[in-house]
Amino acid sequence: MARMPDTSLSTRVSVRVVYLARLRDVFGSSGETLALDDSNAPSVDAIVRALRERGGAWAHELAPDRAVRFAVNHRLAQRTQAVADGDEVAIFPPVTGG
Amino acid sequence: MTVRVQTADFDIGAEIAQLRGGDPGVGAIASFIGTVRDVNDASTITGLMLEHYPGMTEPALEEIVAEARSRFDICDALVIHRVGALKPGDQIVLVAITSTHRGAAFEACEFVMDALKTRAPFWKKERLPDGERWVEARASDDEAARRW
Repeated sequence: MARMPDTSLSTRVSVRVVYLARLRDVFGSSGETLALDDSNAPSVDAIVRALRERGGAWAHELAPDRAVRFAVNHRLAQRTQAVADGDEVAIFPPVTGG
Repeated sequence: MTVRVQTADFDIGAEIAQLRGGDPGVGAIASFIGTVRDVNDASTITGLMLEHYPGMTEPALEEIVAEARSRFDICDALVIHRVGALKPGDQIVLVAITSTHRGAAFEACEFVMDALKTRAPFWKKERLPDGERWVEARASDDEAARRW
């Protein structure tokens, strides 16, 4: 009998998450390393959902109706963008330079 | 094409002279300088802290300048953006464009500023007489960037 793929051995994807400007202040953190399960194609949105589950400022600031911007490996990214092991994902408010 | 992120102030005369570089084909130079106001949203501003995202800022500005070059018939472009602690009256940003004729220089200058305002990772924190606050992004900046 053919063996089914062993999904219990899914690997973990480790990403560096960086918080900038006002979000660094309200989260009280400039960043952290997060481990994601790669069995369901991890994306920026998966990170956001995981952080939101912490409640408090995380749930409030990352709520779907809040204006939040993202960069993956130093390039602006959409929520749907996939992330891979070793990526740097930045989460920040809309920019206000100039 | 040059982009610089720096804490130091800049001298627009020296910067433009260098940008022109003695190129006799340049017939137009357009520039924009953004400065720190002493009032914002009816509050007195005593200072500004400019934060950026090292590693992303320069590539983001270079991409904007490269886009300007592909869209407009320009000779050269310069963007300088300051970071760190600034006070009212200080210069924040310089965009300077050289071109053969004025239309392209004006347009490219405005395009670069509109793109910078929505795509370059800078954030302002204002210092007030009684505390600090982060500047909120304006919807009008998004609308300005969408024109292009």
